[in-house]
Amino acid sequence: MTIPAPKSGRTFFLRPQDVIGILALAILLLVVLPLALDNFRLQFVGKYLTYAFVALGLVLCWGYAGILSLGQGVFFGLGGYCMAMYLKLQASSVENTKIQSTPGIPDFMDWNQITSLPWFWEPFRSFGFTSLAVIVVPALFALLLGYALFKRRVGGVYFAIITQALAAIMTILIVGQQGYTGGINGITDLRSLHGWDIRTDSAKTILYFVCVGLLLGCILLAYYVKSSKLGRILVAMRDKEDRVRFSGYDVSSFKIFVFCLAASLSAIGGAMFTLQVGFMSPSFVGIVPSIEMVIYTAVGGRLSILGAIYGTLLVNWAKTSFSESFPELWLFGLGGLFIAVVLIFPNGLAGLWQTYVAPRLGPLFGGGAKRRAAPPASGPVAPAAAE
Amino acid sequence: MSSDNDNSHKFSSMRRKLLMGMAALPAAPLLSSTGLFSTPAYAQAPATAAVNTTGLAVTDTEVTVGILHSVTGTMAISETGSVQAEKLAIDQINAAGGVLGRKIKFIQEDGASDWPTFAEKAKKLLVNDKVAAVMGCWTSASRKAVLPVFEQYNGMLYYPTFYEGLEQSKNVIYTGQEATQQILAGLDWVQKTKSGKTFYLIGSDYIWPRTSMKIARKHIEGHLKDSSVVGEEYFPLGHTQFNSVINKIKLKKPDVIYAAVVGGSNVAFYKQLKAAGIDLSKQTLLTISVTEDEIDGIGGENFAGAYSCMKYFQSLDNPNNKEFVAAFKKMWGEKTVIGDVTQAAYLGPWLWKLTVEKAGSFDIDKIAAASAGIEFTKAPEGYVKIHPNHHLWSKTRVGQAQPDGQFKVVFETPDLIEPDPFPKGYQ
Repeated sequence: MTIPAPKSGRTFFLRPQDVIGILALAILLLVVLPLALDNFRLQFVGKYLTYAFVALGLVLCWGYAGILSLGQGVFFGLGGYCMAMYLKLQASSVENTKIQSTPGIPDFMDWNQITSLPWFWEPFRSFGFTSLAVIVVPALFALLLGYALFKRRVGGVYFAIITQALAAIMTILIVGQQGYTGGINGITDLRSLHGWDIRTDSAKTILYFVCVGLLLGCILLAYYVKSSKLGRILVAMRDKEDRVRFSGYDVSSFKIFVFCLAASLSAIGGAMFTLQVGFMSPSFVGIVPSIEMVIYTAVGGRLSILGAIYGTLLVNWAKTSFSESFPELWLFGLGGLFIAVVLIFPNGLAGLWQTYVAPRLGPLFGGGAKRRAAPPASGPVAPAAAE
Repeated sequence: MSSDNDNSHKFSSMRRKLLMGMAALPAAPLLSSTGLFSTPAYAQAPATAAVNTTGLAVTDTEVTVGILHSVTGTMAISETGSVQAEKLAIDQINAAGGVLGRKIKFIQEDGASDWPTFAEKAKKLLVNDKVAAVMGCWTSASRKAVLPVFEQYNGMLYYPTFYEGLEQSKNVIYTGQEATQQILAGLDWVQKTKSGKTFYLIGSDYIWPRTSMKIARKHIEGHLKDSSVVGEEYFPLGHTQFNSVINKIKLKKPDVIYAAVVGGSNVAFYKQLKAAGIDLSKQTLLTISVTEDEIDGIGGENFAGAYSCMKYFQSLDNPNNKEFVAAFKKMWGEKTVIGDVTQAAYLGPWLWKLTVEKAGSFDIDKIAAASAGIEFTKAPEGYVKIHPNHHLWSKTRVGQAQPDGQFKVVFETPDLIEPDPFPKGYQ
């Protein structure tokens, strides 16, 4: 009931106001921020944007399909670890590591008395394999999980709890197998990609633009999914799952698909994170980061693809600046922000925009904005429907 | 910093030593002779352009350093002591005339017990604030996260925690002990005085306990006569169920339980040991991870009788330490306790100051080069000296825990132990 009625005869998957929104975001990320911020702050934005991939996945998975996953950090981590393994192998050449008892293997393996590279690390010497693994490994994992759960019609709050448990299990696994994973320290000191030093300022700037480019691509993909027939089935499923099932659709397959898609999106974010920040650790995999990622989406508005991006940027910016100004009080500030979101604007930033800003802009852009203003009418109902 | 009366008295001998040291440096400024209660004068400072050629945050009157610890999150309880010690040291240095005639200003950042946040904040301190040095980090994970940042942007980190070794960087001064310093002397002592032959090793599951236990096992099996390890177990951080391992201990009856359990797990471990009827006054237990700070949480009565192997205990009986403990309690309250890491954190600003004055410059490269051989005679733990490998020469001590939460020092190595972060035969 939150989808606007599809315009008949429309072939292009973007509505005019979507195009304006995406263009505005592209200009902000590609032109305004690089000009307005110094290199140091821009790299922060690059880091925040990697979380935006996760938020994007959550909009599809939670906002549209009603599947609340509290374990997206697992997929973010899988993507990040795949990339980190590749980069770590690059940094562990024999001459870089000749101080070790076994040169040529990552330093943390040497500390853990491992004397040869484990078999599952071997393929990560190849960049092609790594790029593929970043997307495929999390998707396969999500497929397995989704198949096991959705086929048995586990959903709603049970699914959320299971994904949360999964995040905990994954952290324990990574921490426990420190010889293979770097343990609680994570995989650190990553230096170069194919001989290209990723630690320099110019490399970071390039990676920022790559990250923005990928994000915009993923946003288009999300819009495509949303506006397709598939997207409408997802929403229908969220609002009345039984009716969709009785209409002859295989509900679980759709759920598995969107869950896998969200997993892959998160993993791309994770890989970009590793590239930009230079390390990966289990602290991105666990329960707390997974829930934080859900909060980004909630602040931005879980029904809005672009809202989630802005939400991610805003929350992370707040986190950084509060903690710089008030090292001992900042968590309270952040807590206050989240309480405000839940109490005052349950549909997030996007809800505020649609309720207060868009109607005023309406006359400026003609009919486009008016249609965009339509969803909030059902706003208060939507949260209940998504549960 | 309220009373310069006290401070100038306290540091008069310090200042004398410094002045003596500086006589060797013709270009070095004389420290202002701070009057009894005048605010210290920072006037005779050398020109900023001469002492700061790389654009650090140094002005004619001030120099900015960073403090980077967790003041929120699970590590806050451990790291707060370090922050307090560093602030105390900075206050005292300022009261004694600052560094190269400049007052130290600090920017504090919160690592939030989160390793990526540490990396982010370290970068901010180095790139944005251009701090001349950073006192910070606690866990190995946070250090590993910031190390590439410090190396890339050429910063200087004073790291206070005893740690696993296997690391050495131009950009880090390790003011705590590395693993061999802390472990070997303690094991020798326990074998000799408690005739320990069988050892049961228990630790939290991460790099520091694992590396420490590896070194301990090699020492026990290779260097101690007729000794053996009868068990070795690790538990995830935050683990609170130790009953199964306690049952195994009861079966194997080791002469010595050797423990490196960290954080909140300590509380559960020692309480459950006591509840299982293992009396630490009869069963020898030697740990490398319990300081006065941890006893605060465990409860003195649950830990009394156990032995801890560290380089510093609050109860050390020497004039430096008496002054330090008094100053610390005056600044932070009577109830605060001072553990090994807190003392090591206190060394950071002082060692940096001495190094800057030896180098006659704030430049990171010059400090890194001048660090070797820096001596600090007023260290609460006694005399310390920086080794060319950027670790400290220090003594190792064994203390027996008392019910009031303090340690009675029962053993002290006669000489300073050389730091050896890459120990041959122990890797």
